[in-house]
Amino acid sequence: MSTLPENVEGTLELLGKANYVSDRSLATAVHLSLQLGRPLFLEGEAGVGKTEIAKVLSETLGRNLVRLQCYEGLDVASAVYEWNYSAQMIEIRMAEAEGMSDRDRLGDDIFSDRFLIRRPLLQALEPSDGGAPVLLIDELDRTDEAFEAYLLEVLSDFQITIPEIGTISAENPPIVIITSNRTREIHDALKRRCFYYWVDYPDAERELEILSLKAPQADEKLSRMVVEFVQRLREMDLFKVPGIAETIDWASALHQLDIIELTPEAIDDTLGVLLKYQDDIAKIRGSEAAKILDEVKSEIATAQRASA
Amino acid sequence: MSDKAIPDEARPALQSRAKLDELEAANIRAGSGKIATNIMHFARVLRSAGLPVGPGKVIEGIKAVETIGLDSRDDFYWALHAVFVNRRDQREIFDQAFHVFWRNPKLLERMAQLVLPSFVDPEAQQQAEEMNRRLAEALKQNPPDMPGEGEGTGEEEDPDVTVDAVMTWSANEVLQETDFEKMSREELEAAKRAIARMRLPIMEVPTRRFKRDMRGNRIDMRATLRAAMRGGGGAIPLQYRKRKRRHPPLVVLCDISGSMSRYSRMVLHFMHAITNDRDRVHTFLFGTRLTNVTRQLRYKDVDEALDKVGEAVDDWSGGTRIGHSLHDFNTNWSRRVLGQGAVVLFISDGLDRDAADGLEDEIERLHMSCRRLIWLNPLLRYDRYEPKSLGAQALLPHVDEFRSIHNLESLDQLSEILTKPAPDKGFGTNPWQEAAA
Repeated sequence: MSTLPENVEGTLELLGKANYVSDRSLATAVHLSLQLGRPLFLEGEAGVGKTEIAKVLSETLGRNLVRLQCYEGLDVASAVYEWNYSAQMIEIRMAEAEGMSDRDRLGDDIFSDRFLIRRPLLQALEPSDGGAPVLLIDELDRTDEAFEAYLLEVLSDFQITIPEIGTISAENPPIVIITSNRTREIHDALKRRCFYYWVDYPDAERELEILSLKAPQADEKLSRMVVEFVQRLREMDLFKVPGIAETIDWASALHQLDIIELTPEAIDDTLGVLLKYQDDIAKIRGSEAAKILDEVKSEIATAQRASA
Repeated sequence: MSDKAIPDEARPALQSRAKLDELEAANIRAGSGKIATNIMHFARVLRSAGLPVGPGKVIEGIKAVETIGLDSRDDFYWALHAVFVNRRDQREIFDQAFHVFWRNPKLLERMAQLVLPSFVDPEAQQQAEEMNRRLAEALKQNPPDMPGEGEGTGEEEDPDVTVDAVMTWSANEVLQETDFEKMSREELEAAKRAIARMRLPIMEVPTRRFKRDMRGNRIDMRATLRAAMRGGGGAIPLQYRKRKRRHPPLVVLCDISGSMSRYSRMVLHFMHAITNDRDRVHTFLFGTRLTNVTRQLRYKDVDEALDKVGEAVDDWSGGTRIGHSLHDFNTNWSRRVLGQGAVVLFISDGLDRDAADGLEDEIERLHMSCRRLIWLNPLLRYDRYEPKSLGAQALLPHVDEFRSIHNLESLDQLSEILTKPAPDKGFGTNPWQEAAA
């Protein structure tokens, strides 16, 4: 079991080990959450690397990653535990065939650990190799308020009550990361129990750093242009501006197509990687893209002259 | 500084200086020093600025700072941020409060020293005094309603608006506070009766959750097994379950421009009723800009709720910029409130000051992001109403349903109209769509 980092620098280093480029502010929030054993609540637009944090933590700390993907209608049976009904049925039949008539014993038998199917939340409370696991509750906003309310108990006491067995509580509370795309507001009661962090789009420098780690095959000059172009797109009035994931995809796509320099045609051909709404594509394609590209080129040229 | 200049929030703190000192002394003994007290003061500033910061958060804030240490101002900032902020829009207030409150760069250093000493030195005493004054200042500079201030004054003049004399809506944005007159008792009684009867004819949709129901069509294994245990394992009586049904979320977008002003009171009463009738309702008003009034309408008392709405909205009875407002909704709110298949109730007369500029794209986007878009139009009260205005022309092809709310002056009739079941959505063009074509 690897130990938790002792200070913010340590946390920053830890994230860096798995090629996660993080702001110091994010590292501070992660550090607090690790040290004080509270869930970390990450909110932000799609594609800014929220889920990635949980993966990186599990990798660098050597903990298991338990992932609970939320969706509408997520219930206790698929999030916490379920009984293995068919096995229970067979057990009852067997007992019948053997002529067992002790009802209490049969009850104890079929509602025992043997027939319990563990779902992510229960798994996360159980001891595992390498220390308490990392529990990722992904896209919490997709589930409904009822499930959110259920989570309150789990997240504040790290225990789960199963009527037939009793209360199961975690010896070592898991490291909990909750993400939300904010398709609806999460109730304050839940947020109150967590450390909150809004994951924003990175600035150009940081994005370039991310790109050099995540898409190392792309040419450096091309990467710079890609980053500048995306940064400008984010300032525009679009329905959905591209996230970091899109930047990485775009750089990789351009590399795949053997494009070493951005041209208006190349942008038009690959715009679908960056923008996912037809309105946005129609707005940018053609003259607008060419205009942005010109600005990017002249800016890079100025920067080069200044450094030369 | 005179006593008067100190905001109410700070006064108790000043008065209970002796108590505070005691607390501080205890704190220093406990090893956390004056920083704890200051974090508490900081939390109070945030609370008075409208952030939900309770005592529990203060303790957590202190713990967080103890964990992070006081070496770096940035870490200190983000540690407090992680604890005190829990919505993105609170960040601005936090940031300002932080910089005002902790602005003395040497303060942190001195505080770091204060964590350590085992005696109370006179300088620390002075420090406390200074801090309290600073707190008072911070509060003075951060009145609770500050965040909204910038927007309120920014758009007051709207110089290049041409007055269109043909139509009846007012071209200038009239920034005025509408004073909701209290309803007469009779009216109130009638309204109450009407509201009590009011049911929105919006379908319930099946959810992915189940409930036990013996007439259900799926077997509830868990209940079956339990029943089997009760029966002794001889026979296994099957138990059933079926899908729960539930109203989809409802979003109301209501036009409060000049041309709608005669209806707005009744519409607001109506919106208050439906906002409190069920969960997952979001209410927005728009004239020249969009305002979310969901929280205001949650007040149980209708007069109080409407007062709050009156305070929150400052473009009553002005012009209409439907396209602009919808654009605002689409970019800032649609992803947050239309998430789970919402039904949108769009209340407007379709008269647009911007001559439907950009309206078609926006209404189409809205239509595509929701389960069903219902347009309630008071102008339909006229028999010969034809959607000839540019706004209506742009809106019509993109709505699922087009209903009149004529006679809106009477809530009674409004609820009656809304209670009628929705007409079948046929495959051909609807009559109003033909009219628009």
